[in-house]
Amino acid sequence: MSQKNRLPGGQIDRSQNLDFTFDGKRFTGHPGDTLASALMANGVRLMGRSFKYHRPRGVLTSGSEEPNALVELRSGARQEPNTRATTAELFDGLEARSQNRWPSLTFDAMAVNDRFSNFLTAGFYYKTFMWPAAFWEKLYEPIIRKAAGLGSLSLEEDPDSYDKGYLHCDLLIVGAGPAGLSAALTAGRSGARVILADEDFAMGGRLNAETFAIDDTAGAEWAAAAVAELHGMNNVRLMPRTTVIGGFDHGIYGAVERVSDHLPTPAPGKSRQILWRVYTRRALLCAGAIERPIAFANNDRPGILLAGAMRAYANRWAATPAQKVAVFTNNDDGHRTARDLMAKGVRVAAVIDVRPDAPRIADCELLAGAQVIDTSGRLGLSFVKLRQADGSERIIECGALGVSGGWNPNVHLTCHQRGRPAWNPAISAFVPGTDLPQGQSVAGAAAGAFSTHAALRSGAEQAAAILGDLGIKPDKARLPRAEDAPVNIQPFWHVTEGRGRAWLDQQNDVTVKDVKLAHQENFRSVEHLKRYTTLGMATDQGKTSNMGGLAIMAELAGKSIPGVGTTIFRPPYTPVAMGTLGGRARGAHFHPVRETPSHIWAREQGAVFVEAGNWLRAQWFPRPGETHWRQSVDREVRAVRGSVGVCDVTTLGKIDVQGTDAAAFLNKVYANGFAKLAVGKTRYGLMLREDGIVMDDGTTARLAEDHFVMTTTTANAVPVYRHLEFVRQCLFPDMDVQLISTTEAWAQYAVAGPNARKLLQKIVDPGFDISNEAFPFMACGAVTICGGLRARLFRISFSGELAYEIAVPTRYGDALIRRLMAAGEEFDVTPYGTEALGVMRIEKGHAAGNELNGTTTALNLRMGRMVSKKKDAIGSTLSERAGLNTPDALALVGFLPKLPEEKVTAGGHLMNREGPLDAKHDQGYVTSACYSPILNSHIGIGYLKSGSERMGERLRLVSPLTGQNIEVEVVSAHFVDPEGDRLRA
Amino acid sequence: MHDLTATTALGGTTAEVRDFEGLRISECPDWALASLASRLGREDEVAAAAQALLGAALPGVGACAGDGPVTAFWIGPEQWMLEAPHGSHEDLAARIKAAMGDAGSVTEQTDGWVRFDLEGAGCHQVLELMCNADTRRMDSPAATRTAIAHQSCFLIRRADGHFSVIGPRSSAQSLHHGLIEAAYSAL
Amino acid sequence: MMIDHPLLGPRDAQEFTYLGDASLIDRPDWQAEDAVDQFHDYLYLRDNPAGEHRELWFHEVGDRSWLVVTRNTLTHQITSVELARDVARSRGRSK
Repeated sequence: MSQKNRLPGGQIDRSQNLDFTFDGKRFTGHPGDTLASALMANGVRLMGRSFKYHRPRGVLTSGSEEPNALVELRSGARQEPNTRATTAELFDGLEARSQNRWPSLTFDAMAVNDRFSNFLTAGFYYKTFMWPAAFWEKLYEPIIRKAAGLGSLSLEEDPDSYDKGYLHCDLLIVGAGPAGLSAALTAGRSGARVILADEDFAMGGRLNAETFAIDDTAGAEWAAAAVAELHGMNNVRLMPRTTVIGGFDHGIYGAVERVSDHLPTPAPGKSRQILWRVYTRRALLCAGAIERPIAFANNDRPGILLAGAMRAYANRWAATPAQKVAVFTNNDDGHRTARDLMAKGVRVAAVIDVRPDAPRIADCELLAGAQVIDTSGRLGLSFVKLRQADGSERIIECGALGVSGGWNPNVHLTCHQRGRPAWNPAISAFVPGTDLPQGQSVAGAAAGAFSTHAALRSGAEQAAAILGDLGIKPDKARLPRAEDAPVNIQPFWHVTEGRGRAWLDQQNDVTVKDVKLAHQENFRSVEHLKRYTTLGMATDQGKTSNMGGLAIMAELAGKSIPGVGTTIFRPPYTPVAMGTLGGRARGAHFHPVRETPSHIWAREQGAVFVEAGNWLRAQWFPRPGETHWRQSVDREVRAVRGSVGVCDVTTLGKIDVQGTDAAAFLNKVYANGFAKLAVGKTRYGLMLREDGIVMDDGTTARLAEDHFVMTTTTANAVPVYRHLEFVRQCLFPDMDVQLISTTEAWAQYAVAGPNARKLLQKIVDPGFDISNEAFPFMACGAVTICGGLRARLFRISFSGELAYEIAVPTRYGDALIRRLMAAGEEFDVTPYGTEALGVMRIEKGHAAGNELNGTTTALNLRMGRMVSKKKDAIGSTLSERAGLNTPDALALVGFLPKLPEEKVTAGGHLMNREGPLDAKHDQGYVTSACYSPILNSHIGIGYLKSGSERMGERLRLVSPLTGQNIEVEVVSAHFVDPEGDRLRA
Repeated sequence: MHDLTATTALGGTTAEVRDFEGLRISECPDWALASLASRLGREDEVAAAAQALLGAALPGVGACAGDGPVTAFWIGPEQWMLEAPHGSHEDLAARIKAAMGDAGSVTEQTDGWVRFDLEGAGCHQVLELMCNADTRRMDSPAATRTAIAHQSCFLIRRADGHFSVIGPRSSAQSLHHGLIEAAYSAL
Repeated sequence: MMIDHPLLGPRDAQEFTYLGDASLIDRPDWQAEDAVDQFHDYLYLRDNPAGEHRELWFHEVGDRSWLVVTRNTLTHQITSVELARDVARSRGRSK
C-alpha cells in the first residue's frame, strides 16, 4: 500500500523501507518512523477502540501521553499489550494489532455499548452491580472485564531478560529538548558529571517537531549538533529511549532504558530494558509541556488530534492525517499548525479560533470567534460543524482537525514527593510549585517558559545556578538566537453547545456530562471525581484530560481552577513492565542460592534437596528400591541410631565472639550463664528477646578464655548477628568484645551414632585423644585430621546419640565428606538429610523453629529454670511478667496416638476428651510431628496447658482443616533415651 | 601434610576464568583472609603490630594498605580484613594472631568468601549493573561493602580496570551467574 | 533515601535495616525496684511522632555500624546521623 499521506521532508530515512503489519495488513514505513507516524503516512486514521463504549479512535498525540492509539505489539510470548503506537519505534517486521475490538477494528460488535451509553455513565458499575454480592465475582466482573478492557496477555513466559543498574551524577537532566540540551551543554562544557535522559529515541524534543531556527540553522539541526557535541564529552552520558519514571527521596531517580524495544528481538545476552536507579546531586527537569484538547460534541473521531501533534507528524515524520485539515484553537500556538502544514502542501480549510479578536498568523481562512459544535464521519472525520461569530452554522469538509486548548507544563516529577503545582494565570496552566523535591530545579516549558528562546535561556541559567551550588565554575557561552513569541491564550475548556457527547478522557470514555453527574452526586473533590468517573486513570493517567476535567468541575462548583486543585501525581510517569521491576530476580534466580560444602557430593548421591532459607540442603538420600520418602528417612534414622550417620550442618550460623569481655557479653545475650563455662567446653544457650520470648538457641563453644564460637539456628543467623551488634554497640558500648560471622568459613558435619567415635578416630590425627574420658560430652577443641589439616571438633548432639560435629576450612569440605564415607564403610556409615535430622530431634524432644515460633517463653519450653535470676540478661526481667507465668502456661510435651499408625498433625489443636471442640476450650497445639521408626509409631511434640502435670492424660487432637480428630496420650517429649545415656557413651 | 584435596568455591579443582570483550572474570581461590579487630583500648598496639606485618599503617575508612604479601582493607570501625597468598599464608590467621597477641581479635575468614576479579576496561559497565557503588569515582586502591546479586560483598578497586568482588562463598554460583549475565548484557 | 553515614558518607537506605526508636538505647536498670514496669515502658511505650524522630538503623550491607538517624517522618528529611555507640556512651551506657 502506498504512503498516500506522506509529505516531503522530515527526519525519516527514505532510503530504507521497513515493512510492518497492522491487523494483518502490510504497510511500509522508514527508519525514524513511529508506528503511529507510519500508519498515518499510510492513510490509517482508525487505530483503536475505546475502553468502555468501543468507539472508533485514532491517534490524539505524538508522544507518551497518548490515550487512544494503544496496540498489541509482536506475537507469541513477546506479545505486549497497551503499547502506545506514538512511541513504538518502527522496525522491519513489526507486527501490531489493534485492541479491544471483536471481530475487527472496523466492525466491533461490542460497539453496541455505545448505544446504551445513557446507562453506562459515571458510577454505573457501582450503582448497578451491587446485588446480590455473590454475583459480582462470578457473573458481573468476568462479563465487564471481557467487554471493557485493553490488550491481552500472551500468558506465556517472557523470553526476554531485564537488568537493573545504578548510575551516579552531579546533574541529571530530564528531557533533551531546547532547555535540556542548553542545560547539558552548559554543564557538560563545565566538566560536571551529567546524565541527559530522554524518552524519545531522537533527542531534541520539540525542536524536532517545529520549524523554528536557532541562530541560522533549523532547530532539529541545532539539536543534532548539540547532541553530537555532548556525545564527545566523557563526563556526559546520553540516554535516549530512557524515561525517568519517578523522583524519590534525597535525589534518587528511577529511569527505564528501553535497550532493545526498537529491535525485533534483543541481541543475544542483551536485556530488553534496564531499570536504573540514578543517584544525583542535582536534577533539572526539562520535561517540556503537554498540549491539552478542547472538548466538543463528537470530538473523538479518528482524524481529530492535538494541533501540536499534527505539526509534529508533518514536520518530523512527514505525515499528515489527511490532505485537507482544519485547526481549532484558543491560542496563537494552534495557528502554527496551520502555517506548517500549508508549508508542507497540505490544504488547510480554516483556522477556527474561539477568540473574537484572534490574530491572523497563517495564510488561510481565519474564523475568529467560532466554535466547533459537532463532527461527522463514521470511522474517521469527514465534516466539522461550526457556530460562527455571527451566530450562523457552517459545515467544513476536512479529514483531520488539529485542536489546541493550550499547553500544560509537564510538572509530574516535581510532585512525586507530594509537591503541589501552582496556577499561572498568564499561561492558564499549572506550573511547578515552590515545594520542589530536594535538589530539583525546573527549566524550559516544564517551568512555563514556552518560547524557544526562554527554554534555551532557562536551561542554561538553571544549569549555571546548579553548578554554582556544586562549586563547579559554569561555562559561559553565548546563548543562541531563537524565537521568543509570547503566549496568547484565552482559557477555553469545552464547547457548551452541541448534541453529541463531548469527550474529556478518551482512554476511559469520560465525557463532560460524566463530570457534571459526579458534581451532581457530590463527588466533587478531584480525587473523588477521578475514582467516580475514572477520569485520568489507566495507562496515560490523564495527561491530556485531567486539566479539562478539573476546569469543568471548577466551573460547576463556582471555584477557581487552583481552588479545585489537581490529583496527586505518583510514579511511574509512564507504565513500566512488570519484568522490568523484577529484573534478573526471577525463576531459578529469584534469590541467591546457598550451597553447602557437600552439595556436589550429595547431588552425586541422588539426594533430594529442600530449600531452607536460601540454603539448599539434602532432605534425604534415596537408595535404589526406595519408592517413598519415608522408606529413605526411616532407614537413615535407624542407621544413625544403630551405627553411624553423617549430616552436613554447615548452614547453622556461626559467630566468632572474642575479647576480654566476651564471656560477660554472652551472659548478657543468653538467659543462662556462660561466665563459668570452661575453656574446651560447649554449652547450650537460650537467647531471649527483651520481651521474654525466645529468640534463638544453639550451642556456644569456648575455644579460649577470650574466644567463643556461637552457633545459631540456620534461619536466624542474620537477625541474631544484628541483635548481637545492637547489644554490643547500643547497650554495652564499653564492653571489649568483637564479633564476626564465620558461618561459611567452615564446612561442618555432624557425625552421629554409636560408632561415631570409632569413625572419627580413623581421621583425627593420632596425637589427639578423643576417648570418652579425654573428650567427654560437650567437649570442644582444635584438632588436626588426615595428616595435619586444621579442624575443630565439638562433641554435641542434636540426635540424642553419641555425636560430634567436625569442622574444616570449607575448601576441604567436599574432600572430607568423601573421606568420612570411605572411612566409615566398615560401619555402614549412612548420610542423612534434614528429614531424618528432624525425626531424631523430635524423638529427642529438642526444640527447633516450629517450637521457637515467636510466642514461646523459656517456661513454655520447660527451660524456665535456665533463665538466671542472678544476672542481667536480655529478656530476663520481662520473662518474669505474671502473664507469662500463669499456672496453666503452655509446656512442651510429647504426644503418642492411641493407634500408632494414626498420623499426628503438626498444627492440630488439643482438646479435652470430653467437652466441646472449639477455640474456647483449646488446650494447646502440636508443633512438630513425624513417624518414629524407633518407636514404630507416629509421634508429636507441642505445647499443652499445664503440660508438665498432665502426663498420661488422654486428649483429642483435632485439625478442622484436615478433618482429623484422634485420641492421643500425653507423654514426655523425650521419646528416646530420656536420661541421655547414649549421648554420654 | 594432609591428603585432602581442596575445591574452589565454584566446585572445581581449578579456578574458573571467563573472557569477554574488554573484560576477564576470574575466580581467585588462592587467597587467605583473616579479620582483625582492635581490642578496646589496645588500638595503638594493634596499629604498631600491623605496621610491622603490612609494612604500612592500617588503612582508614574505605581504604586499602600494604604492598608486601600481606595487605589489608578496612571493613568497619577498628576492623580490617587482611589478605595474603594462600600458598604461602594458609595459616594467615594464626600468624596475625601471633603478631597481635591479646591486643587484637583475629578470625580466620579464608573460606567464608569467594573472590572474583574483574579485569579490563569493561569492569565499570558490568559493575554498574551489579551494585550501587560509584566505581568510576572510587579511589584506587579502595574498598567498600555493597550488595551484589542480593549478597553483601566487599568491592575492592585494586587498580584502574581491576576490581575484586569478595562475596559469601556458599552463594558463589549465584554471584558468578550474576556477573556473567551482566557481562553478556553490558559488553 | 540516602543516609549520610558518619564514616562512609551518603549511602542508600537500601543497605540498612531499620529497628525503631533510638530510645531503645536507654535500657533500664534490671535491679531497680520497679524494673518490670520500667522495662515494660521501655519496650512498649514509644512515641510515634509525625515529624522529627530519632531512630536506629543498622548498616547491614556495610560496616555493621548501628546509627542514630534523626529523620522527619513527614518529609524524610534527615538532619543528623550519629554512630549509635557514641550516642550510647554519651547517654551514660558503658558495660
